[in-house]
Amino acid sequence: MTAHKLHNMLVKKEISCTDIAKSVLSRIEQVEVKTNSYIRVEKEKMIEEASMVDKYIGKGGTVKDFTGIPIAIKDNICTKYITTTCASKILESYVPVYNATVIEKLINQKYVLTGKANMDEFAMGSSNENSYFGSVKNPWNIERVPGGSSGGPAAAAASGEAICSIGSDTGGSIRQPASLCGIVGFKPTYGRVSRYGLVAFASSLDQIGPLTRDMEDCAGLLNVICGYDENDSTSINRKTPDFKSFLKDDVNNMKIGVPKELMVKEIDKEVKSAVNKVLMKLEEMGAKIEEISLPNLEYALSVYYIIAPSEASSNLSRFDGVRYGYRNREAKTLREMYKKSRAEGFGDEVKRRIMIGTYCLSAGYYDAYYEKAQKVRTLIIDDFKDAFKKYDVLISPTSPTTAFKIGEKLENPLTMYLSDICTIPVNLAGLPAVSIPIGLSSGENLPIGLQVIGDILREDNVLKAAYNIEKAVGFGRKPDNL
Amino acid sequence: MSKKYESVIGLETHIELYTNTKMFCGCKLSFGEESNTHTCPVCLGHPGSLPVINKKAVEYAIKIALALNCKINKYTIFHRKNYFYPDQAKNYQISQYDLPLGVGGYLDVDMGDYVRRVGITRVHMEEDTGKLLHTGKTGRISESGASVVDFNRGGTPLVEIVTEPDIRSPEEAKEYLINLRNLVLYLDVGNCNMEEGSLRCDANISVKKVDQEKIGTKTEIKNLNSFKFLQKGLEYEVKRQISLLESGEKVIQQTRHYDNKTNTTRLLRSKEEAHDYRYFPEPDLVPMYIENKVVEDIKHTIVELPAGKAKRFRKQYSLPKYDSIFIANDKDAAYYFEECCKFYDNTKNVSNWIMGDFSSLINKEGVNIKDSKVKPEHLAAMLKMIDSDKISSKMAKSVFEEMFSTGKNPQKIIEERGLEQISDRKLLDEVVEEIIKENPGPVEQYRSGKKKAIGFLMGKVMAKTKGKANPKMAVDIIVEKLKTKII
Repeated sequence: MTAHKLHNMLVKKEISCTDIAKSVLSRIEQVEVKTNSYIRVEKEKMIEEASMVDKYIGKGGTVKDFTGIPIAIKDNICTKYITTTCASKILESYVPVYNATVIEKLINQKYVLTGKANMDEFAMGSSNENSYFGSVKNPWNIERVPGGSSGGPAAAAASGEAICSIGSDTGGSIRQPASLCGIVGFKPTYGRVSRYGLVAFASSLDQIGPLTRDMEDCAGLLNVICGYDENDSTSINRKTPDFKSFLKDDVNNMKIGVPKELMVKEIDKEVKSAVNKVLMKLEEMGAKIEEISLPNLEYALSVYYIIAPSEASSNLSRFDGVRYGYRNREAKTLREMYKKSRAEGFGDEVKRRIMIGTYCLSAGYYDAYYEKAQKVRTLIIDDFKDAFKKYDVLISPTSPTTAFKIGEKLENPLTMYLSDICTIPVNLAGLPAVSIPIGLSSGENLPIGLQVIGDILREDNVLKAAYNIEKAVGFGRKPDNL
Repeated sequence: MSKKYESVIGLETHIELYTNTKMFCGCKLSFGEESNTHTCPVCLGHPGSLPVINKKAVEYAIKIALALNCKINKYTIFHRKNYFYPDQAKNYQISQYDLPLGVGGYLDVDMGDYVRRVGITRVHMEEDTGKLLHTGKTGRISESGASVVDFNRGGTPLVEIVTEPDIRSPEEAKEYLINLRNLVLYLDVGNCNMEEGSLRCDANISVKKVDQEKIGTKTEIKNLNSFKFLQKGLEYEVKRQISLLESGEKVIQQTRHYDNKTNTTRLLRSKEEAHDYRYFPEPDLVPMYIENKVVEDIKHTIVELPAGKAKRFRKQYSLPKYDSIFIANDKDAAYYFEECCKFYDNTKNVSNWIMGDFSSLINKEGVNIKDSKVKPEHLAAMLKMIDSDKISSKMAKSVFEEMFSTGKNPQKIIEERGLEQISDRKLLDEVVEEIIKENPGPVEQYRSGKKKAIGFLMGKVMAKTKGKANPKMAVDIIVEKLKTKII
């Protein structure tokens, strides 16, 4: 069930928060062994918090959006006094002393925390296989990956182990798992949501966003988490609109561009035809669809795999065993302590990216890699700017394929990196984008996702288009063989 | 130094700004409080925390840059300087790199018989590190079993000032640093206390033959943590480099540590061991656009600085050059001087006292002139008493000491001690007559030509008046009476 439906029932007193929490908890107890969506489930706290919210409502307290709604939080978002591990051994026992700004905002709504959701270590990965706490399984088929890095939040929301989730997206980490798990995943404009308390992977790309079962919950959660934060210098000082107000039945005359660089040969035929079907429907509804070219998008993956690891190599240098987190106790010297703590504390993919990033920033290589990548990034931004002069939104597949098999791409990181080919350009340009489910693949019955991209701060167009697609497609499916 | 060689020195100076809060978080600055009590997730580098620029610190840094005649970059950004060390919470320092706040300035250093213009390459902002403390009796890392970190200082706003290699002697280096400190004290943006580490200085130094164009290979000297050590350390290094060159060896580019106990420098790390800091723009902060108006507004808050003030003192108070620079260099002394001159016209007397007795007491007690108990009007009153022969210069010294320790009005001290000089003609006449009567022997001697006897008689007058007789008047009266009258 969606949060807005539960909200209505709470308002009408047809159900209590404790009822909701108990039902989610029993679902967790039933399927968590199969999905491994969580690193930590807050069993007792969930019931405790729910009953407190019930008391508050009983005393006449306002039922705000998401009051009493069980929400899963990706484990790279700091929760005060509750471990925040980033799915890494190095932070296995790290307990933050403060709440991320988004958490404070959710607490303000009186949400109920289900637990800390599993993810790829430090949000690096597209399959959720890079977790120190084990892979997450796709609720539609537990032999398949849920996508990543927000695999846990996506699987939890899709399987009913949470009503909705909060994830983070650096190169597609909300949208790609949402696509693979058949739910809605939204990455807002860079700066819409405060990053304060989000453990940084790549600061100039990271953005927090919601994973929900429908567009209404998506817009509702955006209303809660967006807004300027003086603790985040990169957050945008702009009034947050009522995102729900953009969920209107109107795509008549909407101008939609379809970048041919995101419909390339790497995209699965079935995915392509599902997207094309939706485009035809939109055209029937009055939208104007055109194929366009953003020539610099072909470099997006290369640019991303320079900039993101460069920033990560610096962001992750604080994990050294000195102040918190894992420390090798046998080390005899400072240097040895650094080396062993980090060698033993980080997983392979994280180490790979730290090495790439360190290399790219090194004296003599900086100009050729980091500096050059930033220049190309500007070209990509300009391509999008030009496109948005003509079009309200751009549409593409979210992921080139449906959920692939666990272990299938582990041996070759480069094929794994291709999973984010359609989502990465959006982060480089800081744009808002959503992935919505548009159908199931014919053979395997696996969800297919479509991506809607908007101009900077134009979430309104993205929400409008996605809401109409949602209604036109009428996906409404849940994984039923868990 | 050998006449054949001259040294080429550039300095990198770090100055802690005394803003209320740290550079990138809301923690209050700490002055010797219990370890790690002035910390938060940001300055402890906790995962997920983000920096926010302290506007006041930027304002202070702009002030310093302007006072050093720098151009303020309208577009300026922060960079990350990456290196692993446990006194850094993030293993990178937020600093500035190719777009610093201020560039292309200078500071004129008056060396007495010439002025050295020292070019300022750049003025930039950064955050300070925490402090490592080593267990064990000596507190030395080499004799310690464990180290702990205190992050109270971590994140304190710093300004780094880098000079061109314009300094030509260790003495000039010292004078530059003293001048720089005085400037910052004038701007009222930092303490600049070298012992406490709120002013720190590293030096780059090379030597070359006087007639040689090309600059020699430089070394970097660290741990020069007092004005004296800066000069001594550089003097040692100059000698070391010259003797290397003289014996046909080469100076090797390296970082050296100055040891003030042995007054030598030793190798800290070679060029090969130097860090690759992997600078890149800090993505957690947005660029700063500094508008002209902001710069102009800050410019207007800059008070009269030492050089201008010294010039004015020469003109307005007719002070000699030495006095004007000595007093104008110290903001508090300059203020004191001008306050005192409001009550008293002989300005040179005021500067003499401030530079002489007053300074030596201040230095002895280790206090600041502005915290001294002697009010400017009291010093003025005392100087007037000397001028009007109420007290002798000798007495004034002891009166001043009491003023310094108690803060009392000089008039009151003189009254209490009964020190007031007897300049009353009638009274002195009587005393002298009595002494002449009581000492016929010496009187006779004087009259027979032994002029020295007057000293004896003078001593008797002083004894009788308990030292209060106006000495000049007393002598005159004795001479007069012995000449004119036979008793």
